[in-house]
This record gives sequence, structure tokens and C-alpha cells, in this order.
Amino acid sequence: MSFDVPDERRYLESHEWALETDGVVRVGISDFAQDELGDVVFVELPDEGDDLEQETEFGVVESIKAVSDLYAPVGGEVVAINDDLFDAPELVNEDPFGEGWMLEIEADDPDELEALLTAEEYEDQIA
Amino acid sequence: MSDDRPDGSDDGNTPQSRYDQARYVENGEYEPLLSEKDRTRVEIGGGDDDTDGSPLPDALTRDSLELPELSEPELARHYTRLSQMIYGIDSGPYPLGSCTMKYNPKFTEDVAALPAAAVHPDRSEESVQGTLELLYRLQDYLGRIGGMDAVTLQPPAGAAGEFVGIRVAAAYHEHNGEGHRDEVIVPESAHGTNFASAALGGYDVVSLPSDDDGRVDLEALEAALSEDTAALMLTNPNTLGLFEREITTIADMVHEAGGLLYYDGANLNALLGRARPGDMGFDVMHYNVHKTFATPHGGGGPGAGPVGVVSDLAPFLPAPRVRERAEGSPAGEPVYERFDPEHTIGKVHGFDGNWLVLLKAFAYIARLGDEGLADASASAVLNANYLAERIEYDVPYGPFHHEFVASAGEQDAADVAKRMLDYGVHPPTTKWPEIVPEALMTEPTEVESKDTLDRLAAAFNAVAGEDDDALETAPERTTARRIDQTTAARTPRLSWQALEDDA
Repeated sequence: MSFDVPDERRYLESHEWALETDGVVRVGISDFAQDELGDVVFVELPDEGDDLEQETEFGVVESIKAVSDLYAPVGGEVVAINDDLFDAPELVNEDPFGEGWMLEIEADDPDELEALLTAEEYEDQIA
Repeated sequence: MSDDRPDGSDDGNTPQSRYDQARYVENGEYEPLLSEKDRTRVEIGGGDDDTDGSPLPDALTRDSLELPELSEPELARHYTRLSQMIYGIDSGPYPLGSCTMKYNPKFTEDVAALPAAAVHPDRSEESVQGTLELLYRLQDYLGRIGGMDAVTLQPPAGAAGEFVGIRVAAAYHEHNGEGHRDEVIVPESAHGTNFASAALGGYDVVSLPSDDDGRVDLEALEAALSEDTAALMLTNPNTLGLFEREITTIADMVHEAGGLLYYDGANLNALLGRARPGDMGFDVMHYNVHKTFATPHGGGGPGAGPVGVVSDLAPFLPAPRVRERAEGSPAGEPVYERFDPEHTIGKVHGFDGNWLVLLKAFAYIARLGDEGLADASASAVLNANYLAERIEYDVPYGPFHHEFVASAGEQDAADVAKRMLDYGVHPPTTKWPEIVPEALMTEPTEVESKDTLDRLAAAFNAVAGEDDDALETAPERTTARRIDQTTAARTPRLSWQALEDDA
């Protein structure tokens, strides 16, 4: 089975993706991750205004099989969360790179993203 | 002997016929609730608000309510149907690995139902000497079975026992000026409760990988041990049913680092009367009396999870414990009394623990005796090995004791489990431990006969030969078909009513 790994994003080994636009980084989990988890039934996210550090936990995703911590790909302030996920956690399964996004972080240092995996490196990891 | 069997076979590889579980389903509806069968309005307190005698405000009380009014046969049939819609150990084998779902002999219920067992816990010690003697002797039995010097019977469940064991270990370290120790090491394959008990006890959990043989990796253990180590939690035989052969070395390493060795009694069934955790170097252990000593699996009801310790830790056990008074009665009889250990961590449950559960454990141990307990562990190990030999699924790790972990291979272990229900047996524990892909963790227990084990093997093998279509639609012959877990989790239907709506 092959999984979507969009080129323009960066990835954590723990399967979060990061997409930067003008210093704001949108975060979600990968297609591979949602497939491994199975049907997502619950997503716990931080509040807007919370400060995160790179690679620290920002929330929890729960599926019928497992509960997994979520890690921030970049440090900064949470400026938006996708509260649609509270009523429709299935968006994470249906559209992990689109409507299933989880939060947006105003990056303290967008260069932190450079340390993360490229699409190609991530693809190797899940191969 | 096998020649005159009705089906002319004695091996577990004969095609197994499928099985109809009793199904009380009419027009697609399950057996209705009693309140759906009948609702008869009943007046309360004469129906007059002012004279109902209740101290509650009128807004919170009712004048009448609806109750089901059914005849005794209607009621008896209702509960009989419900009991037949479910599968239990009284219906057939129940080989859930690590859970030890053995059949509990009914005589223990008779003992617990004796009028003499109904003792109010507030009665004076002089008037309940028999009760105290029994508790004292159970402490002694468990201590001798586990090789422990002192036992508390108070914890109300296995997991509660783990938590108490960890708190006792913490109190011991604290007392010795070693309160800085803040880590508990737990093998990756350990029961989930171990991680939870250590964390709830205030410790950071250090996860320990297994070696290639499925046992504790000594190098990884060496690396994990430090002056911060409070304890290592192990079960032996481990979750794969494998005996930790290096257990005395492991004990030395942990003690050398100043830590304590904790024994999870989940797998004590394999060792009964043959080997003792205390002799292996363990310092603290809990007993799952519902697994090893045939008390009911709690399921929300009362349970018991006694904890045993070596003498150095005895002063920290919960209060009270029971001991024999130094001075006997004037007639020379022994006298039993409750006492608080010197540095006790305090109470962890009411009174002496769940007395009627403890009474059943005592009755079971007393009935089996030394010989019976040793025979139980032998049969548990023999049954697991016989069953594993008869099934076609691969069992990657061995030699194992009272349980084994087979792999469903290319099949989905959860689907295999659902399908086994169609062959009239309960499936094993699935998908855990994760070290075995698509794990089928199987523990037949000592109580099953060869015929039953053959029937179980036939069910495994029938499912092993089936295709994905049959697996994905299973079960098809049970009262309830496959449960939609996703919808249940995403849109739970909770049963409650707001008070306003009800008034």
C-alpha cells in the first residue's frame, strides 16, 4: 500500500506534518499515521494562545486501536485550532493533509523546520 | 478410548462444525429490558406531598413512579435468556491469555454463603476470633506460596495491589533516605497496569525492551538501572509465557543499584507449589486471587489483591494486619488481633479488605492443599503446551509455561477472534503483546480436559483455514453480530436523563 506524502511539507519521525505559510505553521498527522491508527474517534488539542516548544506534546489522538501523543514540529504560539475535529474526528482519516489539520503555530523560529524530515526522507522512513 | 467417540476422531484437526449460540432475537430486537416489558405506575407515600415524610424538597421527590410488574416465570425467563445470550466460563473454554479465566469451583460460593461468614466488621475482636484466624492463616498461606515474609489482605483488586506495592516500596526508600529515587523500570511487554501503577505512584516509567528471545535484555537493564531506580517490575513467567532464566542475576543487578524487585502475580498460576518469587529475589509482589485462587473476576464488583513483602518492607504495609497475640487465652488457645505496622502507609480500603473474596481464596487454597496447588500449575503448563502443539498457527517464542502467544500471520487477529465465536469457543487475547505480530495470546488454564482442548484446537484450526470474507463478516451465529466500535466511540449513546426533564 502506498501513502500520500506531499512534497512541500516537513515531517516528524512521530508522523506529524508541518506546512509553513508566512511564518505560520499548520500541523496535522500523515496519511500513513491515520492508516496505522485506524478510525480516529477523539482528538485533544491545546488552547489558542498556548506556547509550545519544538518536539513537545501538544495533544492526543485516539483511535479504536490506540491512543497517541502528538508532537509540535516547531516552537511558538498556537494561533488557531481546528475545532471541527471535536465533532468530526473522522476528518483526520478522510483528509489528513487537508480538512483533518489540527492546529496552526506562529513559529518563533521558522528555521526550526529545517531540522525536520523532508518528504523524501519521511517516505523512506515509512517504506 | 478414542475409537468409540461419536465423531470417530480424537484429534484437533478434524473439521469443526459451527455452532449456534442461543439467540433471543425477535424481529431484530434483543430481549427487551424489564422496563420495556411492563410499566405499572405505583403511588409513593400515599401520593400526598405534605405527608410523604421525606426530608427532601418537593421538587426533588415524586408522588409515583413506573416499575415493571411481572410474574415470577416472566422474570425467570428474562434472566435465563440474558444468561444464554452471553458466553461465560460456565458455557465453555475461555482461553484469554494473561487473564487466567479458570473455572471457579462452586463450593467457594457455598462457603461464602455460610451464616458464619456474615460478620459485621465493627464487631469486637474477641467475638470474631474465627474470622481473624482465617485472615491470619490466609496471610500465612499467601506468604508461604510466594516466599514472602509479610502479607496485607487489604487492597481491593489486583491493580490496587500493584499500587499499594509501589507505595510500600516508595515508603521504604523514603524511610531510608533514598526518596530521590524517582524511576520504575517496566518491560515493554508488561501488563499495562504496571506502567499505570508506577505512574500513579508518582514515578517516571522507564520502558525496557526485550531481547531476541523475548526475555529481559540484560544489557538494556544495566543501562536503565541507576541511582534513580526505585524498582523493576516483572512478571515471571513473562507475558510470552517464558521463564526469566536470568532472574537471580536480574535480582542481583537491581539490588546492587539499590532498587527493589517487584513481582506481578498475574502469572503465578504457572509456579504454584514449584517455585516462589521470594526465592528468586523478589522483594514485593501482589497476588491476583481472581486468577490464581479462583475468586470471581471483579468486573466492577468487589475483588482482592493482597500484597506480600520481604521482612525489610513489612513495617510499611497498610493497616491493619492480623497477628497472633503473644499471650494466648486463659485456656491456652491462640488469640488473634489486628495491629498497625510500625511505619504503615495507612489504610487503602475499609476494614480488613473484601472479606468474602478473601474467604473464597482461603477456601480454595485449603481445599487444594500443597499437592493440589502443585498439580494445578503442572496441569496449567501441560494444557498450554498440548494446545499449542495441536494448533496450526505459529508460536514463535518458547519454551513456554502456562500460556503461549501464537501469531495469526496474514490474518487479522481480531477477525480470528470474532470468527472463533462461531465455533462455540471464546477466543484468546488478541493483538498483544506487540512483540508477536497479530498475537493470539492463549491460556487454556488447568481446568480444561483433553476433549475440551481438542475442541478448542479444532476451532483455532477451522479459522486458520478460512478466507478474509469469512473472517471479516464474523461472527454470524452469535446473538449480537459484529459491534460497530467506531460509531460507538464517536457518537456514544449514554443512558441518563436530566432532572428537569424527569420532573
